[in-house]
Amino acid sequence: MDYPRWYWPAFTATGLIWLVVFFVLPFYVVVSVAFGTVDPFFRTPLPVYQPWWWSFTTFTATLQKFGAGGIYFDPLVRTLQYVVAASAICLVIGYAVAYYTARFAGKRKGLILVLLVAPFWISYLMRIYAWQSLLQPDGYINDFLGIFRIAPVEWLAGKPITVILGLVYGYIPFMILPLFGSLDRINQNLLEAGRDLGASPFQTFRRVTLPLSKPAILAGLVIVSLPMFGDYFTNNLLGTTTTSMYGNLLDNAVGQSGQGPELGSLTLILVALVMIPMLYYLRATKRAAERRT
Amino acid sequence: MSGGDGVDTALHGTPGLGEIAATTTASYGWLNNPWRKPRFLQAITWGYLFWSIVPVVIAVIFSFNAGRSRSTWQGFSMRWWYQDPFDSLWHDPTLRTAMTQTVRLSILTVILAVPLGTAFAIGIDRWRGRPAAGANFIMLFSFVVPEIILGVSLFLSFSYLLKSLVPELGTTAQVLGLVTFQLSYPFIIVRARLLTIGPEYEEAAMDLGGTPSQALRRVLLPLLSPAILASVALVLADTVDNFVTVRYLSGAADTEPLSVKIYSAARSAPTPAVNAAATVMLVATLLVISLGWAVYKRLNRGQGGDVGSFVDL
Repeated sequence: MDYPRWYWPAFTATGLIWLVVFFVLPFYVVVSVAFGTVDPFFRTPLPVYQPWWWSFTTFTATLQKFGAGGIYFDPLVRTLQYVVAASAICLVIGYAVAYYTARFAGKRKGLILVLLVAPFWISYLMRIYAWQSLLQPDGYINDFLGIFRIAPVEWLAGKPITVILGLVYGYIPFMILPLFGSLDRINQNLLEAGRDLGASPFQTFRRVTLPLSKPAILAGLVIVSLPMFGDYFTNNLLGTTTTSMYGNLLDNAVGQSGQGPELGSLTLILVALVMIPMLYYLRATKRAAERRT
Repeated sequence: MSGGDGVDTALHGTPGLGEIAATTTASYGWLNNPWRKPRFLQAITWGYLFWSIVPVVIAVIFSFNAGRSRSTWQGFSMRWWYQDPFDSLWHDPTLRTAMTQTVRLSILTVILAVPLGTAFAIGIDRWRGRPAAGANFIMLFSFVVPEIILGVSLFLSFSYLLKSLVPELGTTAQVLGLVTFQLSYPFIIVRARLLTIGPEYEEAAMDLGGTPSQALRRVLLPLLSPAILASVALVLADTVDNFVTVRYLSGAADTEPLSVKIYSAARSAPTPAVNAAATVMLVATLLVISLGWAVYKRLNRGQGGDVGSFVDL
């Protein structure tokens, strides 16, 4: 007995239909709202579904606001700076932690792994909320700094460092786990072979361990940095308007009367923005796969 | 062997010679002798774990604070849990409605997302057609795309094009949004498991005279059960925490789950009652996870632990 031709496609169909209706189609609605108009009386968006009637005035106006001197220029630059800084910190700390856990943790490996996975189960909200209390002017962080006679710092008054560390805190577990998975699988014999052939420990790391973990580094960077581009809550809970990011522009535009096409345009521009690293990642993994075969 | 003494030492890690090598090149530390205890990495790791866990513990402790503050300890009390007649978690009707809504949303989402994602993963893995590759890409893109994009696009869709399907924002819209967002968890986990299983078992079952549906029910699904269970736990935990998609899709105030209430409260004037609410969420999630872990262990008895599906996100 063999599988009928329709058997596996039928399995795929349900999920595929779901994704088309609730993921792909909504993108088209965003496009139609972005290129649509606004009801002259109620100020609600009037989506235009026919491409030949699309108007691009709001979209180009929104794009221009991102140019130098525009009102969205600063949030865009800030977003890029924060995302790059936070992803880099995630990679450095995450790599060290994953490397230690994979190679040196020994008996404690199980315990460390449980603790590393714990943040996945603890609500992101709860974790950031906890920091909000600790960073209050009379919170424990300032109490601790007071021991060294450092004056209380207004951590929550729009400090970039607070927002960046908040981002790191929220997303770093997603970096550590793929890195650990990859470093844990590296065969010890390869490292010993590297040493055997006369490479110094640092060279072994640079020329054996690092290349072998490169796919995980790329995957981790994508998983961590793409969601950061749309993050608005970290700044809303730990920052002020002086540290607002791209996500805040979007979040503020939701439900505002007369802002429909602008909301659509902002969403489209964000999609285009995250597509760049995504496509780079897909190309890099495809190339690596070709090289392996 | 052509290597000199140094290489030999490093390779076999003879303690005496290794120590000499370590003292002569102490400035390079663990880089020069990775077989030595890497204190620097150890410090980073434990420092990171401390940084990651301790704030949460402090937040839980503050739900028992006697005063209004959530940054200064004013003595132990159960005031914010049930003693305060108006503001405590137990007596605040909005927080109780929110908890009910959280439970409703997570159960509905699990019931829909896990079977859907599992079937999708099986279909894509076994079919291997061109449309399957496209579906795979859409799925992965929905996993990494910032959640706010999904929330906004569904908000606009339910307000206009799909208004006939979902007349008003609320539970239905929230569940549809959550399922779309959570679909990728069962998909990725089940797919990883499928890759390690291979098609041989089902082929054997069918060689022995089983029908395709028997092969699925009695061979493939039992083999997939640990992965399915892991997805249930993940989807449940993630749905309880979700506030981005859910917030845009909630209608009247009584459709706001606990996570949205906590987010709004954290932005205005939070009291330790919010800490108590968050603690309830935390305990509920941890209970579900431990339960799932226990069942998972039972199912996996004798097969050796497969932490892979938990770790290989």
